Formats: sequence, structure tokens, C-alpha cells
Amino acid sequence: MSAGSVIGLVEAPLAVLLAPLLIGWIDQCRAWLQNRRGAGVLQPYRTLRKLLHKDAVIAHGASSLFRVSPYIQFGAMAMAAAIIPVFSVRAPLGVAADTIALVGVFALARVFMALAAMDIGTAFGTLGARREMLVGFLSEPALLMVFLTASLISQSTLLPTIVDVLGQIHLTIFPSLAFAAIAFVMVLLAENARIPIDNPSTHLELTMIHEAMVLEYSGRHLALIEWSSALKLFNYAAIGVALFVPWGLAGRAAGPMELALALPIAAAKLAIAGAALAIVETLSAKLRIFRAPEFLATAFLLAVLGLLVHLLLER
Amino acid sequence: MTTLPLSSQLINLGAAVLLLTSFAMLSQRRIVSLVNLFAIQGAALSASTAIVAYTSGQHHLYYSAALSVALKMLLLPWILHRLIRRLNVRWDTEPLINIPTTMLVGIVLVVFAFGLAQPISQMSTTIARSTLGIALAVVMLSFLMMITRRKAISQIVGFLAMENGLFFAATSATYGMPMVVELGVALDVLIGMVILGVFFFQIREQFDSLDLQHLEQLRED
Amino acid sequence: MEVLVILAIPLLGCIFLGLFGARAWAAEANVGISLATLLAAAALTMRVMNEGSLLVGHEQFFVDPFNVFLVALTAFVGWTTSMFSRPYMRIEEKHGRLNAVRLRLYHSMFQLFMFTMLLALLTNNLGLLWVSMEAATLSTVLLVSLYRTPASLEAAWKYFILCGVGLAQALFGTILLYFAAEKVLGAEGTTALLWTHLDAVKGQLEPTVLSLAFVFLLVGYGTKVGLAPLHNWLPDAHAEGPTPVSAVLSGLLLNVALYAVVRCKILVEGAMHSGIAGRLMMGFGLLSVVLAAFFLWRQRDIKRLFGYSSIEHMGIITFAFGMGGPVANFAALLHMTVHSLTKSAIFFAVGHAAQKAGTQVMDDIRGLMVISPTIGWGLMTATLAILGMPPFGVFASEFLILTTAMKEHAWATPILLLALGIAFAAIFQRVQSMVFGETDLKKLPHSPALVPVFAHLAIVLTLGIYIPPSLALWYRLAAALIG
Repeated sequence: MSAGSVIGLVEAPLAVLLAPLLIGWIDQCRAWLQNRRGAGVLQPYRTLRKLLHKDAVIAHGASSLFRVSPYIQFGAMAMAAAIIPVFSVRAPLGVAADTIALVGVFALARVFMALAAMDIGTAFGTLGARREMLVGFLSEPALLMVFLTASLISQSTLLPTIVDVLGQIHLTIFPSLAFAAIAFVMVLLAENARIPIDNPSTHLELTMIHEAMVLEYSGRHLALIEWSSALKLFNYAAIGVALFVPWGLAGRAAGPMELALALPIAAAKLAIAGAALAIVETLSAKLRIFRAPEFLATAFLLAVLGLLVHLLLER
Repeated sequence: MTTLPLSSQLINLGAAVLLLTSFAMLSQRRIVSLVNLFAIQGAALSASTAIVAYTSGQHHLYYSAALSVALKMLLLPWILHRLIRRLNVRWDTEPLINIPTTMLVGIVLVVFAFGLAQPISQMSTTIARSTLGIALAVVMLSFLMMITRRKAISQIVGFLAMENGLFFAATSATYGMPMVVELGVALDVLIGMVILGVFFFQIREQFDSLDLQHLEQLRED
Repeated sequence: MEVLVILAIPLLGCIFLGLFGARAWAAEANVGISLATLLAAAALTMRVMNEGSLLVGHEQFFVDPFNVFLVALTAFVGWTTSMFSRPYMRIEEKHGRLNAVRLRLYHSMFQLFMFTMLLALLTNNLGLLWVSMEAATLSTVLLVSLYRTPASLEAAWKYFILCGVGLAQALFGTILLYFAAEKVLGAEGTTALLWTHLDAVKGQLEPTVLSLAFVFLLVGYGTKVGLAPLHNWLPDAHAEGPTPVSAVLSGLLLNVALYAVVRCKILVEGAMHSGIAGRLMMGFGLLSVVLAAFFLWRQRDIKRLFGYSSIEHMGIITFAFGMGGPVANFAALLHMTVHSLTKSAIFFAVGHAAQKAGTQVMDDIRGLMVISPTIGWGLMTATLAILGMPPFGVFASEFLILTTAMKEHAWATPILLLALGIAFAAIFQRVQSMVFGETDLKKLPHSPALVPVFAHLAIVLTLGIYIPPSLALWYRLAAALIG
């Protein structure tokens, strides 16, 4: 359907453009919950504009990896945005890459970020890189297990197919999906450097994970990195919404009416997800670093439990 | 993918909540949370039993469900909370093996329980037969919790969770045991708790703490 | 009718002593209640001997030759223990280890314990069997910790947790058994849990479910029997509890738990048509015997020593029941009787010995013969009896078991003989150095009343030499029932 493919072409750039808006919305919700006035939902755009105008200052010992890494990260995240169905199942790269490849794309971004952080040889960069790899090492299996559960239910690993199948099952309670959802939320918090794993607005270097890796960046590089972090969170939220509340996503055979409806529905779902994230962040306290493996182990095991429950109860 | 009837879905949901609470108990350090999780487990158990009673027409299960509500959601958590307050235990000390390893072992036990229950599930004719594996898993997870915990109250909550699992197994495999047996079991559990309450005070009086490390002196020399 | 009387007396006694147990005459009341129970048990025995098996109370209670002799034994040992505990607890009170409130708890829990054991023996309902076993555990937990010392609290805690977990396994086994039974007998009322009905249809029960059920039941009730490797609670509970409690634990509770295992074994063997249940029991039994024999060498506390000896003997009995067949079952039943009598006699003697010496550590007890010839001779004779010296009854039953093993399972015989030999050496060496030798303690002005000890030993001696034909017939009927 030509309308569908047009929408598909629009979907990825739209996601890239709207990702900072999600971050802004979450920050605004947090501010409201903390009884502050907040900086407005467009604040991330202002930050990006400011950073793009500035010069990028690079250390003497930096190699080309340091300069290239922000672009690779941004590219990876944009590609992921093209794979994930946000408001239409016909994501442009949706049939080209399945969920396992998606995890690989995220891993690509993470690896380059860690390598770049260690490139200069500062203490904080290496510290952040090590912690990030630890979190990644523990959260990737959990994410894979969540995807595996969803794939078993829908008999395919392609995200569009999964979303299609899950969207068409009318209000069935899948306990396995409930387990997987909880595990996914925990992985989301860990991977995106949110409380309780990492505080995105911290200035204390010794408690940083994500921020420690980007301490050396400035100017356009920092802008790209901030944008790709926002895009990562957007992607994760979109995956969560697509897997666990897929109703309202325009299906394969969607007409223009449904496509027109899908956009505001998706926006509403993401907004609610953002608000929920802000609530979770406000209510939790940051975990000490050595408790992070426990948190992620719990996520992994919940995901495995979801898988086992599916095999036992829902066959 | 066939969609199960609503009642089966609800029973499966109850079973999943039971399994989730058992796992959550494994990872909890705060003792007050343990007791609250136990109360949630009792709620899930009673709800599942009531649904099974409704769909299968076994009316004596309504009494079982009522008994569960009275005992496991109200009376036992109240006794435990009172004990916690009077004994002033809030936090558990480090368990025997660290929590991630405990949870890994827990997963292995869950797989084992599911495998063990398969042949029996297939022979059962009740509506909730597929949940027998979950019941057995709950029993094993509670057992794991008992052997890896240090504080006496955590062990007791594990023991009571084990009874929950057994009760659920009875409901899912055979629509529950005869009433007289269930009443007997409930009575035993209640009296056991009362005796334990007395016992905890004795331990506390003697050792000034409910940490079971003090209770490891009698060993093979 | 007799059944209800037998059950009502200890239950009412528990309530009565719960109210008045702190009075000076509580101990005598305890003896009186136990005597009444014994008389009711005797009446029941006479009736069963004349009329055969009885099914009473809407089929909820069942008395056949197997459990009626256990009922009589339980009532008898309960009575002699209450007689022993009268002066013993009085002296403990004088030494300051107990006060009147704790004595009230002791007396009422003692009767409650008797009630739960008799209920377990007489009930036809397997679910109620479980409930009463759990109740028996609960009633003794507080008794084990009666002295409130750190060690006794630890022992009681271990006892509660291990036996609680074990009984939870047994509950699962019971559920599985009910599951299998329901298919054949239907779910009306309690029919599917009644042993007599299950026994009638045991050939039709699902073998896979029953084998799984038996594993859980064996592990569960086996924990209460003290089978290795789940025996950890036993030595501690025996050592730290008051002596009368050790005597009833060893002499009675282990028997009742084993009775539960054997009842289930009868059902499983009928359904399985393969000897796996028996082989499991043999395996656990042998393991217990060997483990106990080796651990006996390392003991320093006299009651722990005899606790391990109980584990060893229960292992032998389990092994014999596992072998099956008329001779082995006969020997096992005989061994249950004589072990119960002898072990309680030993604990009576040991209790007095430890009381006089003021300690339970064996290295500190010397020259019992000098302090009091009654205690010295009592302990020596009882030890010789439990070690299997002829002409005591234990020799007869062990001989029968060994010869049956030699005929049918020759591989087990050297293991058994070796373990028995090791145990003999260990215990004899310790007891000999305790009984003989010199000591600084003064000779007692008056000897303690050790009538129960010698009464038990006299019965054991008689059984070793001559088993009355009615008793032999009883055993043979029970052995045939067990299969």
C-alpha cells in the first residue's frame, strides 16, 4: 500500500525528531512531582541547539575513534528507530532486522560508547565504561529473554509480526507477558541510566555510569550523544509499548483512517509511559553500584520465569 | 494459538502471582515486606481457589477459600506483624549465598518442578491441572528460602509459603482435600504459629537476637 | 467404643493438667491418666484378639493386629515413663532447672503427645494421620526446649524446622496419594483417603503417581523416623530435652512414624508390582545404620550417644520392613517392641545417672556402680540388651533379620554386621568406663526407684527367650498384613 510505505518512510525521521520531546516530557513530569516548575518540555531542543553552536574541544590523545563514535551511536539508534514499529507496523527496516538484530544494534552503540570513553585514558572514562559494560552484560540476556517470550507467543522474531499477533488477541491475560513486562521495565531503567541504576542528573562523578562516559565530549559530539541517549530511551519505550500494549498500532492492512488515528494513540501511550517512568524515578532511590547486579539478575530471572510460565501454562 | 476460557486465564494469573511472590520473597531483605508478600500470596491463593470453586461447582472449595482468607490473609500476617513489632526485627542479615546466586538456583528448581509435575498434570482432570507445576515450584522456592536465610522469622515465612504451595497443589490436582483434613492442616498451622511466637520470645530472651547464627553451636564435633 | 475412650482419656488429661498441672499432685495425676489409657488399650487389645480387625466410627478408625500392638506398646511405655518422670522431674525442680509453670506445660504436653500418637495409630484417614503427626511434633517442640538453655533452644528449633519441612513433603505425598485414589474411589466424602478402601483397590492405583507419592512420603515421614540423611534433629532433641521426653521420642514417636511409612508401603507395593518401595526403604535403612555406627564414635554426650543408637536401630527396622516377607516383617515388629522397651529403659537409667553426676558428658561420669548399684546394673544390663546380647529380645530380632538378609540380600549382610559391630564396640566401651571405675561422688543414701527400667528389661528378656503364642500369632498376623 503506498500510503503505508509513505507512512513507513516518515516513521523513522519522526521518531528521531520527537525523541528529545519525550525526554523533556519526562523531566517536566519529574519537576511537577518534585513540586518545581520545571524547564518546559522543549528544553532538550534548546540544549541541543546550544551545543550545536559550540566548538568541539578534543583532547590531545584522542584517536579517530573518539571523533567517530558519536556518529556511530547516533546512526545505530536511528537505525533502531527504523526497525521498531512506533505507530505503524510497517516500520521501514522492520522486515530487514528482527529483535535479535535489534539487541545487536543496541550493543553496537554501547560498545562504541565504552571504547570512546576509554580512548582518552582518563580515570572517570574507564570507570564509566567498565560499569556500563557490567550493566550491559547483565541486561542483554534479560532483554533477549523478554524478546524470546514474545516471539514464542507469536511464533516469529520479527517485531512487526509479533506486534501484529499480539495486537489481534483480544484482551487475553498472559501471565508470561506480565512477567516479561516487569523484566522489560527493569531492563529499560538499567540500560537508559535511570534511577534506580543511575541518576541522569547527577554531578557526583563517583556515582556516575552514563555521565562518566561522556564527560570529555563537547559541542556537536555531545549534542549527538545526548540525542542518541534520548533516542535510545524513545526506542525502548516504543518497544515496550509495542510489545505489551499493542492495541492502536496501525496493522499491516491499515487504511488511512487507522493510520491517522495511530499517531495520536501512539503519542498518548508514550506520554503515559513517560509519566509512569517519572513516577517510578521519583519513588525509588538510587541503588548502590554493587546492588545493580542483583537488580539485573532479578530482571533476567523474571524474564526466564515468564518464558517458563509460557511453556507450562499457555501451550 | 487457542484462547483459553476466561476462568482458566484468571486461574493462570493467580498462579503466576503466586510464583512471582515466591520469587520476590527470595530477593527481599526487609522482613516487613516478606510478611506483606505472604499476605499477597494468600490473596492470590484464595482468589484462585474461589474461581476453581465457581467453575467446577465444587462448593466445598468456597469454604477452603474462606479459610485461606481468614488464616493466610488476615490472621497469620497479623500475628507475624505483631511478632515483628515486639521483637523489633526489621532487616534480615546477609543470606547464606548472595541473592543473584539464590535466584539462579531458584530458576533451576522451577525448571525441575515443572518437569516433575508434567506427568501428573497430564493425568489430572481438574480445570487447573496445568498449575500443578507452579504449585510444586512454589514449594521448592520456599524451601530454598528457608535454607538460605539467617533470621528465624524469614525461615518461618518460608515455611508458611511452603504450606501455601502445598495447598495450591491440592487445589490444582484434586480440587482440594476433604474438608476435615484441610481443617486439620489449618489448625496445625495456626497452633504452630502460636507455639513459634512463644518460642521466638524464648530465643530472644536467651540470645538477645533472632539471628540464627547463634543457634549453630550444636554440631558434630 | 474403646477407641473413643482411648483417645478421650489423654485429651481430657491434657486439658485437666493444663489447668492443674502446677499443683503438687500433678505428677501422680499424670501417672493415673496414663494408667487409665493403658487399661483402655488393654481392653481394646482383648477385643481385637477375640474379634479380629475393627472398623469404628463411620470407618474413621481402624484397628488391626498391626496397630493394636503398637497402641498397647505406646500406652504401656507412656505409663512407665510417667512413673519414671515423677521422681525425676521432682529432683529437677529441686535442682532449680524447672519451675512449677514449666512443669504444668510439661504434664499437659505429655498427655497431648500421647493423644496425638494414639490418634495417628488408630485413624483410618491418611490425612488425619498427617495432621496428628504434625500435632505430635508441635506438642514436643516446647518440651524439648523446656530447660530454656541455649542448646535446648537450638535443638528445639532444629527439630521444628527439620520435621516441619519433612512433614510438608509428607503432605505432598499424601496429596499425590489422594490424587491417585480419587480416580479409582471417587471424591465423595473422605473415602479416597481411608486406608481400608485404598488397601482394597491398591492394584488399580496409578503406579507412576504412587511411586512419586511414596518417595515424598518416605522422605517426609522418614525425617521423623530419623533416617539418614534427615536425622540431624534427633541427637540434639534427645540430648537437650528432659529425659522422659527423650524416652518417649525414642521409644514411641519413631515407631509411630515408621508405622505411617509401612502403611504407605503396603499400598505402594500393591500398586507397583515391583519392589522399588522395599528397595528404597532398605537403602535408607542401611544408610542410617552405617552413618549412625560411625557417628557413635565421636559422641561425648551420653544422651546423644543413645540418640544415634536409636537412629541405628530404626535403620535396622526400616531395612527389615524393606526386605519384606513373613520372617523379616515378624522380626521387624519384634524389634520395634523390644527396641522401644529397651531404649526407654536405657534413657531412664541414663537420666538418673546424669542427674547424680550432674553432667551429661560421658568423660565426667565415672563409677556408677559405686554411687548406686541399681543405676550401675540397670545401665549395664540395658546397654547389653540394646547391643544385641543374647538372651535379650534384641538378639532374637537382629538374628532373624540378619539370617533373612543373608538368604535374600547377601550383599547387605557384611555392611550390617560391620556397622553393628562398630556400634557395639563404641557403646560398650563408653558405658563400661562409665559404670565401672572410681569416682569421688558419694554413695547415694537411697537408691532411686528404677522399677520401670527393670520391668522393661524383664519383658525384653522374656521376649528373647519365649514369645507367648498369642503374641507370636499377633506378630504373624501383622506380618502377613504387611506383606
